[in-house]
Amino acid sequence: MIAVSRRYRFPAAHVLRSEAFSDEENTRVYGKCANLHGHDYGVEVTVEGRVDPVSGRIIDPARLDALVGRHVLDPLAHSDLSRHPLFAGCISTAENVARVIHEQLAGPIARGSSARLLRVRIQETRKNGFEYGDDR
Amino acid sequence: MVRLTRSIDFSASLHYRQGGLSDAENQQLFGAASRLHGHNYRLEVTLRGELDPATGMVFDLSELKAILEREVMERFDHRDLNADTPYFEKDPPTPENLAGVIRGLLLDALPGGMLDRVVLHQDADLSVEIVEDAA
Repeated sequence: MIAVSRRYRFPAAHVLRSEAFSDEENTRVYGKCANLHGHDYGVEVTVEGRVDPVSGRIIDPARLDALVGRHVLDPLAHSDLSRHPLFAGCISTAENVARVIHEQLAGPIARGSSARLLRVRIQETRKNGFEYGDDR
Repeated sequence: MVRLTRSIDFSASLHYRQGGLSDAENQQLFGAASRLHGHNYRLEVTLRGELDPATGMVFDLSELKAILEREVMERFDHRDLNADTPYFEKDPPTPENLAGVIRGLLLDALPGGMLDRVVLHQDADLSVEIVEDAA
């Protein structure tokens, strides 16, 4: 298996609060994340495929940059993820950020290409990383 | 099973070029990467195997270090990938192709079944991984 990974970042605000919980329960479950705050989210996108014999590439990096820009960075950068339509009905934990970004990118990457989105890794802070997708 | 990873850094110059194409066609296909440039590569090599109960090791680290020095550093560090190596006369030295060459060299140099993966970082934001099938 051969795959290429590329890193991006976007700044966004969020708050972890569930409508199903009271204020006290939200604070108990989410701690300081129940306060409005923000991160510079690091996004690592990993694409698997075959190496094209002419270009020597799995996917044209410029095409990947354009897809990530259009489907991830443009809609999410400088937004409040908790109120963002892509997070309607779910809490904007980094696990869900990774899942939502995977869902945004999987279709566009596969369209007209033999490449396939393998996984999305979210680096929420220096300490906390989250991966969504199949890894081996 | 235990996995062991060792990392090395090397620097090289390169330009992307398909052997069969003209300069103008290469410029058209590869853009800025068709011009001579360079990278600081970081290579992570992961081996897999069972622990030797006598030594407590999967593989002798000094031997691994010597293999990486011989197979990777001496071939590629402070070299020009196009002019100083025989691997990119036809294919461009994309990180995909360079990782494939390094994988082949290490498969030949290591005992069978020990290579788990190579991850080649071209810079802070782009890497290529080649993962071997499960034994």
